[in-house]
Amino acid sequence: MHEELLAAMRASIVDGDQDAAAETARQAVAEGMDPLVAIDDGYVSGLSHVGACFSAGDMFLPDMMLAARAMKAAMAVLEPELAARSAQRRVRGRVVIGTVKGDIHEIGKNLVGMMLSASGFEVHDLGVDVPVDRFIEAAREHRADIVGVSALLTTTMTGQRAVVEGLAAAGLRPGVKVIVGGAPVTRAWAAEIGADGYSEDAMGAVALATRLMDGADAPASVG
Amino acid sequence: MAIPIDPITSPKLGFEVLTPDEVRRIHEATLEVVETVGVRFPSERALDVWAAHGATVDRATQVVKAPRGLVIEALAHAPASYVLGARDPSQDLPLDGQHVYAGTDGCGIEIIDIETGELRRSRLQDVADIARIADAMDEVGFIWTPLSAQDMPPESRSLHELRVQWANTTKHIQTETVVTIPEALAAVEMATIVAGSEEVRRARPPLSIMQCTTSPLGHDGGSLDASMIAAEAGIPTGFMTMSSCAFSGPATVAGTLVVGNAEVITGLALMELVAPGAPVFYAAAQTAMDLRSGAYTGGGPEDFLFGAATNALADFYRVPLSMGSFATGAKLPDWQAGVENSLSTFMASIVTSDMLLGMGLLNGSRIWSYAQLMFDAEIYSIVRKTLKGIDVSDEALAMDAIREVGPNGDFLALKHTRTHMRRLWQSRYMDRRMYGIWETAPDRAPDWALARAREILKTHEPDPLDPGVAAALEAVVARVERAAAAAAASDGRS
Repeated sequence: MHEELLAAMRASIVDGDQDAAAETARQAVAEGMDPLVAIDDGYVSGLSHVGACFSAGDMFLPDMMLAARAMKAAMAVLEPELAARSAQRRVRGRVVIGTVKGDIHEIGKNLVGMMLSASGFEVHDLGVDVPVDRFIEAAREHRADIVGVSALLTTTMTGQRAVVEGLAAAGLRPGVKVIVGGAPVTRAWAAEIGADGYSEDAMGAVALATRLMDGADAPASVG
Repeated sequence: MAIPIDPITSPKLGFEVLTPDEVRRIHEATLEVVETVGVRFPSERALDVWAAHGATVDRATQVVKAPRGLVIEALAHAPASYVLGARDPSQDLPLDGQHVYAGTDGCGIEIIDIETGELRRSRLQDVADIARIADAMDEVGFIWTPLSAQDMPPESRSLHELRVQWANTTKHIQTETVVTIPEALAAVEMATIVAGSEEVRRARPPLSIMQCTTSPLGHDGGSLDASMIAAEAGIPTGFMTMSSCAFSGPATVAGTLVVGNAEVITGLALMELVAPGAPVFYAAAQTAMDLRSGAYTGGGPEDFLFGAATNALADFYRVPLSMGSFATGAKLPDWQAGVENSLSTFMASIVTSDMLLGMGLLNGSRIWSYAQLMFDAEIYSIVRKTLKGIDVSDEALAMDAIREVGPNGDFLALKHTRTHMRRLWQSRYMDRRMYGIWETAPDRAPDWALARAREILKTHEPDPLDPGVAAALEAVVARVERAAAAAAASDGRS
């Protein structure tokens, strides 16, 4: 009986329509629909469709961003309802992200945060010009699985190494994975500083984070 | 001995990418953005300057909304033409609207090693080697700091880069890596040492400094502070927008021109408010983002249009332009690099952009390739020749030669042919060999290009820097390093 509403939810994500996403979410609450059903069968289903179209080359990054924003609008309505029912959305992983100290570039970092969040990760964005201590503190506070560190400049990317080392010194490694990104970041750099991975774009970052979480589920290897 | 620079000069060909009315529409839209939306200036000093001149300054957001009159009046102080000085005065570059000078590209982070072909992180020696090779190339008008010297400390890296470039070329240096107050003060001091006096530094500045804006509609704080110091010292100062369609600019070319224009002209206006009459330049390397990855593409029809349109804007404001061309996203010196760099360079050159950036980098200005440097120089030489157009003088119409040969003969053994044939363009890196030779030959154009780069590196001796000057430059850098170390130590204690 909710089929029509679920279809409208999917459409709101595919169209990237924030207003429609929020409106259908409010309708779901009013009709007493299980918010987890709304999320999984409505919005996430729409998001999967967008992802498939993206992979097929029929949709582009702005489509993904609009879909992610619509998703966020729907979640803002549904989260209080989830809390009221003591239900929890399955979180794929908890991620702390930020741009390193001395660097104020944030578009790339924001993009990654948005895509991770839309893909079911719990994202804590620390903003720009973030000192190492703040990354460590936030990783502890949010029990992060992954810390994402962004840098755009060759002069600031050394800060990524400082975060890896800082987390290790705080005893959080290798439990907390570190992923790095930004224009000057290469595979070789990520390997050199002991990061667990890097990506050159936002979709790659989601794939990387998913891979790391899958790895984390596997039994830890000995030695 | 200095190798004479052979720049594109007074192109005979030309075209209009935007009508005067269209330029005015972009200008008016820009002023409206500056007045009503504003531009972010995250520098206390910059905000103070704007406030003192009557702009609306929001200290919390650091956004400046400047009345159109203020911006236009400030820009009116900018000189329309000036000289970029070189260590060797014969290599000075007059920015007079009649020349298109090409520079090396910057600022990359990796290099395809000239000997091993291995891709590795860039270091100071690479910066020196590239300057030395570019010093020997007549297509290169100036050297833009091509790679980041990542084996040097961050706080003095840009200064080491300057030092080794001056040691390896007599040409003008332009850099984008001076982005803090201590670096800017030191760079000015180094420019004075190279020039020999403050007077010469102002008349023929051997250094120009470009700063990147933070699109959309923002500037970087360190860059602003550094640029104000440079402008006060008469070091030509530019602001480069890299606004990218659908990413850091609107999805339309015109909209992205407006956003970038707002960033650049407010940056230049600030320089003129701080130091009226300071030599400034417009700089740009807009692109359209890759719709799938969001990445900077650095090649495509939009880029080519930006290349021509930006010069129309710079001309409108009567300031020189440093335009990003040769900005290929290709990963190797290949088909893609050839198409992208040829068309971008042609479009930026046919409108007489004053400076082109730059030769040698691949992968959206990240990876240095010596082969690409040589190919880009060849592209420049093709464009240089094309833009000369067609001479239809009596001598060029060649009536005597035509009469002499008549029907069915050939023009091979004619004096007229011998006189004129060397003006025909000659290729270094196009494979014009016969098929049968090509088929059996193991070598290809990248091999020839690399061989030439290696040969220059081995044999070319740029006019050396006076040992006293070299020592004085090193002393400046050492002092900056000591100050940074002392500051770090006191940070550690506190």
